[in-house]
Amino acid sequence: MSAHCGPTGAGTGTITGGTRLALVGSPNSGKSTLFNALTGLRTKTGNYPGVTVARYEGTARVGKQEVVIEDLPGTYSLDPISPDEQVVADVLDPDNPDLGTPDGILVTLDATTLRRSLGLLAQVMRTGLPICVVLTFRDELARRGGTLDVAALRRALGVPVVAVTGGSRTDLAELQAALPESASWERPVLPPPTDPAQRRSWVESVLLSAGYEVPEADQRTRRIDAVLLHPLWGTLIFFATMFAFFQIIFTVATPLQDAVQSVFDRLGTLVTEYVSNPLLAGFLGNALIGGLGSVVVFLPQIALLFLMISLLEGSGYLSRAAFLMDRLMARAGLEGRAFVALLSSLACAIPGIMATRSLPSAKDRFATMMGAPLMTCSARLTVYVLLTGLLVSPGARVGPFGAQGVVMFALYLVGALSAMATAWVFKRFSSRGGPVLPFYMEMPSYRLPRRRSVADAIWSACKGFLAKVGRIILVVTVGLWLLLSLPLHSDAQLRSAGVDPADRTAVSAYEVDHSYAADIGHAIEPVFEPLGFDWRINVGVLGSLSAREVFVATLGQVAAAQNPDQPTEALTQMTYTDGPHQGQKLFTPATTAALLVFFLYALQCMSTIGVMRRETGSWKWPAVAFGYMFVLAWTMAFLTHTVVGALT
Amino acid sequence: MVSVQLGTRRKSGPSGPVDSAPVDSGPDARLSDLRPGTSGRITGIEESVEPSTARRLFDLGFAPGAEVTVLRRAPLGDPVVYQVVEYEIALRKEQAAGIRVRRTA
Repeated sequence: MSAHCGPTGAGTGTITGGTRLALVGSPNSGKSTLFNALTGLRTKTGNYPGVTVARYEGTARVGKQEVVIEDLPGTYSLDPISPDEQVVADVLDPDNPDLGTPDGILVTLDATTLRRSLGLLAQVMRTGLPICVVLTFRDELARRGGTLDVAALRRALGVPVVAVTGGSRTDLAELQAALPESASWERPVLPPPTDPAQRRSWVESVLLSAGYEVPEADQRTRRIDAVLLHPLWGTLIFFATMFAFFQIIFTVATPLQDAVQSVFDRLGTLVTEYVSNPLLAGFLGNALIGGLGSVVVFLPQIALLFLMISLLEGSGYLSRAAFLMDRLMARAGLEGRAFVALLSSLACAIPGIMATRSLPSAKDRFATMMGAPLMTCSARLTVYVLLTGLLVSPGARVGPFGAQGVVMFALYLVGALSAMATAWVFKRFSSRGGPVLPFYMEMPSYRLPRRRSVADAIWSACKGFLAKVGRIILVVTVGLWLLLSLPLHSDAQLRSAGVDPADRTAVSAYEVDHSYAADIGHAIEPVFEPLGFDWRINVGVLGSLSAREVFVATLGQVAAAQNPDQPTEALTQMTYTDGPHQGQKLFTPATTAALLVFFLYALQCMSTIGVMRRETGSWKWPAVAFGYMFVLAWTMAFLTHTVVGALT
Repeated sequence: MVSVQLGTRRKSGPSGPVDSAPVDSGPDARLSDLRPGTSGRITGIEESVEPSTARRLFDLGFAPGAEVTVLRRAPLGDPVVYQVVEYEIALRKEQAAGIRVRRTA
């Protein structure tokens, strides 16, 4: 096997050279906090070969030396039952040739759950690799009346033990100094036994010699849970919390996003004013700056989402929310933790897909990711408003309710149900043959989220988005602009076509009508003809790949609307320009309804594809999502067109 | 750790939940049958449980001899929070039904 083309090659984003340490620990043991504290923000994400488990690596600087730390997925055992845990077992297996064996292992042990955590440590010690134990939450152990002699624990285990409390820099310094010296870490005389029963006696003897006094049940946590998990109050607080959560990523983010958008719009206008060459001005102003704007515009939402998720997670409430929702999510074959991701997708699928990181199982993560884009996002809202306005007159009523509102509600409902159904199908499909994973979820004590971890979480999410997804969005935006603007037309050409070069509306309509995008729109006409779409709708659909709401403006341009953002008037007058329906109204109820349904199901969003690519580490899943959603969108739109056409 | 005898359900019949009879005796129950507020000592894992799942339950602390307390049921009935080896963990009914316990309180 070639060293460069192998699965550990550069493509998987492995940092090479120097000491490599793996970070192992159970969920909630303070593992990620430690990783962030040690590596700062010098981190890199990639994927493990063959599986879609995210690989997090970072560099810790100790003096002049650099130590690479790999943050392995959280696990309770080295007997793997999921792809994520298989990765942990594989990385720690010195006989596994596909993954480099680390020079040493850092194991985080939560001092308050030592009896359980030592079982995992015993398994890790069986690998024979040098081990350093990082003891966390010793302050909480003391608060709850437990005791532990760290020096005695070190003697009993036969490996170095460093207690790190919260973000204490002196504690960290001691650990950092030990990092590059993994070769000289003390090793146990005898490894712990493998037999489960003997291992338990080993754990008991270690606890005894370390003078471990069991912490009392956390009374503070019990008291908080009595309210937060109460059948009535707990449910009310849950809905209030989720409502606030949704409001913040939806409502609070909007003015921030508008501000970002207007800054980029102004920049674009400035460029158009000062650059005389129309092509260059258009390219710089609309394609490049516009493209950058459509990347940066997501940042407020992502930052707010990760602010809230890390607050919910750091405080321990995320587990409680998942606990309350688990039964409901189980219907879709998912678990409670998927709820937050689906809820976030109502604002936008980008943060929604990024939120799936909190799911411990890769299968659940994919199933949720595949369903998430079907949740009605805010970008669809503008399209829905436009099309619902064409479909239903404002005065129409269904019983006591306005018909437009009913249609909107139906679209949201169908989107949510379809998302759940899709997740269920993908979960079934991916679990085929394999055993059903048991569900278990630790309920950690309530803790105050640390400011530093919250800031780190926000920063790394934004940074990752800009670096990986930004490029994809930018390229697509520029590409689409070129398609919609080329070839160029001189004033003479415009005049000979009967268009006044001074009339901006007419010119932009003419340009779009004779662009390469229009050629594509014509070329794909046979595909969309059964849905009632003509080539101009196709151009709009194509343009909406950069962002769904662009559909409205593109269609406005095509329809030569005076105000492309409010094209309703112009659209109602549009007729088919050729083909068997020539002269007939284009936006019949059947076509409009089919278009609505098409937008409900189709993955008309390059940003979503980009973020899926980043989160899954391959083009496979975005391709699967695009494919299945297109087929679903076409079929559902066709059915809608047929049914509505027959009824009207 | 896998016993042949399947757990026979004990109905919380007329004697009621407050049972002053000697604890740590009587037939086994499933963990999922215990009511919030009661405890039991684990006697084994049902044979029907997938070996990998049985292994994981063991690693999570649901090992024979361990004391489990039922803390709280979710409003929709499932899952349930248990306390085992000094920490709290939620299990779905499906998993809890695979764990055999002897009631202790």
